[in-house]
Amino acid sequence: LSELADLAARVAGWSRDGESVEVYISRGTDTEVRVYEGEVESLSSATSAGAGIRVVSGGRQGFAYAGTLDEAVLVETLEEARSNASFASSEPWVGLPAPDGAQAAPLDLWRDELATWPTQRKVDAALELERQVRGGDPRIRQVESARWGDESTEMAVASSLGVLAFDRSTSCYLAAVAVAGEGAESKTAHGYTVGRCPSELVPSKAADDAVARAVRMLGATQPRSAHLPVVLEPRVSAQLLNLLGSVLSGERVLKGTSLFSDRMGEAVAAPVVTLMDDPTVPEAWGAAAFDDEGLACRRNLMIEAGTLRCFLYDSTSARRAGTGSTASAVRAGFKSAPGVGTRAVQLRVGEMSPKEVLAQVGDGLLVQSVTGMHSGVNAVSGDFSVGAEGLLVRGGELAAPVREVTVASSIQRMLQGVSAVANDVEWLPSRAAGVTLAISEMSMGGA
Amino acid sequence: MTPTAAAAPLVDEGVIARVLKEALATGGEFAEVFAEDRRGSLVALDDGRVEDISSGHDRGAGIRVVAGNTTGFAHTADLSERGLLAAAGAASAAARSGGVGTRAVALSKSASASPSPVEILPAEVAKADKVELLRRADAAARASGGDVRQLSANYRDSRRQVLVANSNGVIASDDQVRIRFGVSAVANGDTGMQTGSEAVGATMGYELFDHNDVEELARVAAQRALSKLRARPAPSGTMPVVIKSGTGGVLFHEACGHGLEADHIAKSVSVFTGRVGETVASPLVTLVDDGTMSHEWGAMAIDDEGHPTGRNVLIEDGVLTDYMWDWLRAHKEGRASSGNGRRQSYQHLPMVRMTNTFLMNGPESPEEIIRQTPRGVYVAQLGGGQVNTTTGDFVFGMTEAYLIEDGQLTEPIRDANLIGNGPQVLRDIDVIGNDFSMGFPGTCGKQGQGVPVGMGQPTLRVRALTIGGTAR
Repeated sequence: LSELADLAARVAGWSRDGESVEVYISRGTDTEVRVYEGEVESLSSATSAGAGIRVVSGGRQGFAYAGTLDEAVLVETLEEARSNASFASSEPWVGLPAPDGAQAAPLDLWRDELATWPTQRKVDAALELERQVRGGDPRIRQVESARWGDESTEMAVASSLGVLAFDRSTSCYLAAVAVAGEGAESKTAHGYTVGRCPSELVPSKAADDAVARAVRMLGATQPRSAHLPVVLEPRVSAQLLNLLGSVLSGERVLKGTSLFSDRMGEAVAAPVVTLMDDPTVPEAWGAAAFDDEGLACRRNLMIEAGTLRCFLYDSTSARRAGTGSTASAVRAGFKSAPGVGTRAVQLRVGEMSPKEVLAQVGDGLLVQSVTGMHSGVNAVSGDFSVGAEGLLVRGGELAAPVREVTVASSIQRMLQGVSAVANDVEWLPSRAAGVTLAISEMSMGGA
Repeated sequence: MTPTAAAAPLVDEGVIARVLKEALATGGEFAEVFAEDRRGSLVALDDGRVEDISSGHDRGAGIRVVAGNTTGFAHTADLSERGLLAAAGAASAAARSGGVGTRAVALSKSASASPSPVEILPAEVAKADKVELLRRADAAARASGGDVRQLSANYRDSRRQVLVANSNGVIASDDQVRIRFGVSAVANGDTGMQTGSEAVGATMGYELFDHNDVEELARVAAQRALSKLRARPAPSGTMPVVIKSGTGGVLFHEACGHGLEADHIAKSVSVFTGRVGETVASPLVTLVDDGTMSHEWGAMAIDDEGHPTGRNVLIEDGVLTDYMWDWLRAHKEGRASSGNGRRQSYQHLPMVRMTNTFLMNGPESPEEIIRQTPRGVYVAQLGGGQVNTTTGDFVFGMTEAYLIEDGQLTEPIRDANLIGNGPQVLRDIDVIGNDFSMGFPGTCGKQGQGVPVGMGQPTLRVRALTIGGTAR
């Protein structure tokens, strides 16, 4: 498969009787170019690699990592994982997965083009993006940042139970933050374009988005508080879908901290909501052939026409729940043991264009960006409260911009209140796809 | 007693001198080697079970070369001379000044005393003892009442040894040991589930637990969750907000801390650009950033550019006195760094970051502040926050809060974000208490890099903030 898979398998082979060993290895090369006022501000490029080793013995799990692939260090790392396991609680369900026979989707997420793309062209692309943003509108007074980023990553998992997986992917992006201003007022907005290789990028989209979204916020005021219909733009709905993915974790269900623990088979959302996590969609930023325990990724349908159909599991939580893994093991790199997570959450798209959704809503608020998803949203209680900026909707048309507002509800009510899902699915640099989404009522906090 | 003194240097001085010379070979005017060795461990208890015991080791060096306005950067996990020279070559190629240079670097060692001496290195404490701490916390929380459905607690330690050397002759090192213990509880009642959390963290060794009772932390977390079972929806709209001493430091971190970072100033993407010497806050406000605060979460002997940390007054009696600076921004302005150049790891470029940021005491008693507030919200614990430095708009979350009615705390309210505008909120602070304390150990995120920061303040009142609840 690859030298990484060979190395992972060799280290997993050091397991002793009565224990199972899993080795996860990742290696990545990344480049980042930041430009400012027509010059390169910084250019970084480096390769890094590391390994995370899990040992399960007598129902106890230990984990250790090292930021190197040096075999002498991996010997110590395995020993450290063993030592850690001896202090963990013993539970019958703790264990590594055995191969489950599922075939990996034939995904091609690697483009040789990226490795051969000259650094100078990356620099030029970032400089050109900055020029386009600066020249995009007379009201653009600053380009806070314009950058190129790319990454090639390889991942291997092998275990003494026979799991052996190797996956690799490339990705790149161009991103800018535009500052529009008039008088003492300034407004900012992001624009970006993402792809697996440079020729898939659409730089003009990044520039146009950053410019248009910053400029349209000029003149924004804080409106009075109200309860009103809300339309979430794709970038915002993607953040909501990420959150739903964590609420539907089987691990949370087992621990009794999921909002939907006792709701299997019930209507938890409006009929227009069909929600899935499908890493086998090649367009998804988080697309992957294998999960982080080496099982083949698959499509999991969590909510079907509003009805709760499944929770997501890794191997340990699945065994505890008496079911099979949904291949939903994810890690935050080689430094962490796997847990339940999502890679490519999406809603089944609807028929309407975003314009038609606005027309259906009539009067309300279009949210262009939110802040504080980490500070005002509680996935256990369901409370949802974020800072927002956007535009009022009047008679189905975009109207005055608003700022310094909050938008609040609960996760449960938002799901029940989805009144439309548009047809503009957009794969973002995120573990979820965005789509224009209308919610029949939320609380807007303002003056 | 400082066991850290025994640590061998990460990279030999002779090697550093040759690597810096190589880094300057294409004509760069500044080069820097940042070497780091980091070990960490985690023990996590969830639902009464020790589910996760992890530990790890990571080491490497980042090399930076500055030529004109361009910074080239490369990093390597290989601390041998060969590995470092290769990274130096990559960084200098990235900076690409086009010139040719030979410059020998004379290094002069500077010693900054650590503000946080360590008595007991966490690595020398038996894992079983760490597990026992978690079990005690678990038992204490469960004893708080039958409605506590779930408890998770985690213990984390890290030891970060750094060595920084640059072509200006600076060579300095530091040994940073941090421990954090966090508890979060879930309670279940008629109105659904509620959460409560509490954490303690310090730049210190295992002696942290001589001064902090993990059982008490667990009881506080459990009590927070239990009291929120009676919580009603937070108000939606603008009203006076009283923030309890300690965790409210998040308010300043977001309302103006980020906006006073010199990199935002240089690009005119801060509402505080060009305002030094002006009144930017209520005259009650004196704000300080201090990396030397002994044992605080953001304390260090040196920043990640080898510069000694300092006590920097940012706002004095409402007047903006200075920004925070790293080497690059200070160099461009022809001034000294304030010791605020920090990075997440050797794989990252440094930038301007806060250390321990806090508001100084005022005259009022906290009880009096509440009594003088006819109607409003009292925030007893804050979560994180986020700011747009260009517009000054910021949010922060409240994770324990109460209504104030007729000068008294009445009912608990549910979690929500608050939103405000930095310059406006600084002017709207109308009372400050005399009960200063530092808050929880925070992680500040900027451009994808997280660093530990401390925050603190006395109880204070903001005349008007917008509360993002759902109440009608």
